[in-house]
Amino acid sequence: MPQANLSRRSFLRTSGALGALAGAGGAVAATDALFGSGVPCAHAAPDEKTVWGHCAINCPGRCPLRFHVVDDEVTWVESYATPDAGFEDPQPRACLRGRTYRRWMNGPDRVNYPMRRVGRRGEGRFERVSWDEALDAIASELRRIIDAYGNESVFLTYATGVSSTTARTLPRLMNCLGGYLAGYGDYSAMQMQRILPVVQGMTGFYGSTLNAAEEAELILAFGTSPVETRQGGAVSHYDWVRLREKAGARIIYIDPRLSDSAMGGAGEWLPINPGTDAALVSAIAHELVVGDLIDKEFLDAYCVGFDEDTMPPSARGQNRSYRDYLMGTGYDKVEKTPEWAAPITGVPAARIRELAREVGTAKPLFVVQGWGPQRRSNGEMNCWSITMLPLLTGQVGLPGTNHGGREGSFSIGLKSIPAGQNPVKASIPVFLYTDAIDHGTEMTALNAGVQGAPALTQNIKCILNYAGNCLTNQHGNINRAHDILADESKCELIVVWETAMTDSAKYADYLLPDLFRFEQRSLIGTGGDVAYLVAGEACTTPKFERKSLYECLTLLARRLGVEEAFTEGKTESEWIEQLYEETRAKDAGLPTYAEALARGVYLRENPRGRTIVHEAFRADPAANPLSTPSGKIEIYSETLAQIAAAWDLGPEDVIAPVPVYTPGFTETDVPTERLPLRCSGFHYRGRLHSSWGGIELLRQANPQELWINPADAEPRGIAAGDRVRVANDFGATELIAKVTPRVVPGTVCMAQGAWHDADMGGDRVDRGGCINTITTHRPSPLAKGNPQHSNICEVTKA
Amino acid sequence: MRRYAFYFDGSRCTGCKTCEFACKDYHDLDVGTAFRRVYEVTTGETVRADDGTFATTCASYPVSLACNHCDDPACARVCPTRAMGKDPASGLVVVDEGRCVGCGYCAMACPYGAPRVDRDRGCSVKCDGCAERVAAGSRPVCVDACPARALDFGTAGALRARGSQASVAPLPPPGLTRPNLYVRPAAAARPSGDAEARVANPLEVI
Repeated sequence: MPQANLSRRSFLRTSGALGALAGAGGAVAATDALFGSGVPCAHAAPDEKTVWGHCAINCPGRCPLRFHVVDDEVTWVESYATPDAGFEDPQPRACLRGRTYRRWMNGPDRVNYPMRRVGRRGEGRFERVSWDEALDAIASELRRIIDAYGNESVFLTYATGVSSTTARTLPRLMNCLGGYLAGYGDYSAMQMQRILPVVQGMTGFYGSTLNAAEEAELILAFGTSPVETRQGGAVSHYDWVRLREKAGARIIYIDPRLSDSAMGGAGEWLPINPGTDAALVSAIAHELVVGDLIDKEFLDAYCVGFDEDTMPPSARGQNRSYRDYLMGTGYDKVEKTPEWAAPITGVPAARIRELAREVGTAKPLFVVQGWGPQRRSNGEMNCWSITMLPLLTGQVGLPGTNHGGREGSFSIGLKSIPAGQNPVKASIPVFLYTDAIDHGTEMTALNAGVQGAPALTQNIKCILNYAGNCLTNQHGNINRAHDILADESKCELIVVWETAMTDSAKYADYLLPDLFRFEQRSLIGTGGDVAYLVAGEACTTPKFERKSLYECLTLLARRLGVEEAFTEGKTESEWIEQLYEETRAKDAGLPTYAEALARGVYLRENPRGRTIVHEAFRADPAANPLSTPSGKIEIYSETLAQIAAAWDLGPEDVIAPVPVYTPGFTETDVPTERLPLRCSGFHYRGRLHSSWGGIELLRQANPQELWINPADAEPRGIAAGDRVRVANDFGATELIAKVTPRVVPGTVCMAQGAWHDADMGGDRVDRGGCINTITTHRPSPLAKGNPQHSNICEVTKA
Repeated sequence: MRRYAFYFDGSRCTGCKTCEFACKDYHDLDVGTAFRRVYEVTTGETVRADDGTFATTCASYPVSLACNHCDDPACARVCPTRAMGKDPASGLVVVDEGRCVGCGYCAMACPYGAPRVDRDRGCSVKCDGCAERVAAGSRPVCVDACPARALDFGTAGALRARGSQASVAPLPPPGLTRPNLYVRPAAAARPSGDAEARVANPLEVI
């Protein structure tokens, strides 16, 4: 009979690509001494070493990676798995993407040498230069720009490709040089981050942990897919699977798409038109009021503005309460009946009434939303509205409840390298950086959300972009961003640090080769229902001419005369140790530094089991007031009323003092005869935003597809597997059709983050299925955030 | 002979494909080759009425599938060179690359699509149950990788208590090959042979 001979080692021997290996053997390396926690280390080849590292991409998973290394080459990437772990035992296991790191580390897109642009910006033509040449030129250009235009002309773009305690050293360097124009917010949850602290206080952004929902009777999940957005084995992917299995609650997924979280049929999918959650909530709220299912005692004691009884003096007697909005006695004077909401949302009126009964009687009620409902042109109002359901029913701050925002996490917070003081006080919403290149001096606090100063005094002249793809790929309206970036008279210097030749990297004047965090010492802390930290070492020596950012910036600081201020005489390793010890001085339960490095992975259970948002406030609101002006939850917000009165806003820039339904911008949210379909993005297992977008192995099994309902596909002659073109006034992109009943008619869905692939000197049609070819650059009204799920389009066969 | 089996918990699986990619990394499989695949089955419809409201009967569920190391493996039955067969010690179905001539009969015969011919290597390739790891007392890589904890591996006798012999669509009825795969089906799962339960992600499982 045959022998089992399809082993990894026989493959490696025959492939030869990764260096010779010793013969197959079953040697088992040391376990506890090296790796702690009983993590197995089976089947190590005799000359194989294993090294812990961590994923550092923009996902809270930061999963442990266990590199198997032979002759300074990684032969495979394991993760965390203890033998005989039960379902309840936390296991931070890397997702499918983490298992493909070898393809990225050694792939054709990896940046290996310092490069200088030789073609036009965006063309992607570079020549190799030495580190000395690159750094001398960057130092001299940076100095020239600071001297000519001031520090406010230097912008550090929003970039999230790398996280660790020492990964973000650019702000520190720039502060040594007199500062820089900072961006605030992000591209993930800008609208939610802006509105929830205003109405629920600074503790109101992160909600209860998911395991708090184990005690709930009903879970409403608005626009969230926890198994897709954070895919590791100890973040929301596993936490949601565990919750589904353990909770007695019924789960209702309110989403235009039957997401992977709703697969399996354990919950109910309630299909809805994208961006209309606020209309659904308004009608449910109306029915709660009419059916006397509201918790008036809670609303009076803990909230302001539900009805006239708790309106602030400035708004009393003017029919401006939330109740007035619902009942049609104030604002638009339209009663928010289920019949009003049905054609807007697509949810039948009878179902809305039924839902209201369920919401009004289920106790505890756990309402959670993802960042989908808020990443829209009406995102602030849409997100805020969803939080009304737990408030109206008094289901906040109690076991089994959430505040209606996104779930929170239990985490180990490790101290990061200090950035120092930024002498430049002005900052801009991160999404508006192309505006600030093009016409920064026209941007003010009132028209563009400038903070820290009444207005910008200078356009952006220099961009330093570390490990980010928001120059084009992840930014709104790529074609517009290209035009602004390609004009070298506007932004005069662009420096990009990368591990891959992304679309943004093609706009670099100087492109510098970065190391992965697992190619250097690195620490990070994170968590979901449980917390963990990962302490990693370099899995291999640095290859080619790649350098860590810290080393690169030290060399740059030397040229600019600020090396001592930048390093304080410390190597990066010394910083990592010092920062860890500073954290440990306040958190004595952490392992010693030496132990952390030896163990690789350290897990910590939440001592309280689960975290419940607003628990202290609910228990004693007088002793634990929220950081809102009233100290309570604000259903009517004077702050928002003042902002709406003071700011320069267009008619569709709705900032209402109560959470109202607004359809959003006409050009992105109201389908027309010419552009009859809505198009929404979503997170996809094959990428994390645009990270891994270049990995062919992932692309093959996770193709970039347009989800389209048969009712929309058939009249257009589109069959499953056809190549289709999605177009609107912003641009056109092509991808493959997935004809499926998992998306509502009238809406198509496209996973965000696919790599833009267009001839920008030619037809500009993107062949990569990158959604930002068709997204707007117009920011949301309050947060000035990216409304990238707000799109209308037409779809044709390509 | 020992009878090893896989266990698949369809109520936990989210279709994330970590199993497939952990396998691909460990076994160093390139584009075009996968020893484990994840199928999406989608049923029902989602329609919009004239008044603009939706009604849906749509349901969807994933099935992660490798070689089932069957008791009566169709691949071995048709193999003209006896390259394909059950390892006497482990019961795992493995390919003897020295004997295999890459004729592809096994690939055609297997109702699970497990063996495929690797034209570059000139022989059939498939999941060997991570025989080497199993022999050393570990579990297959895919099982240890699953973030949702939907996979397990062990003796058929132990796993039989946790699920029924694979009989969910899109898998064929288990009587054909007596697969060593035990399944706890998702609530939405349809039985083998259900006419409506078609594979909804054909591009992903090539």
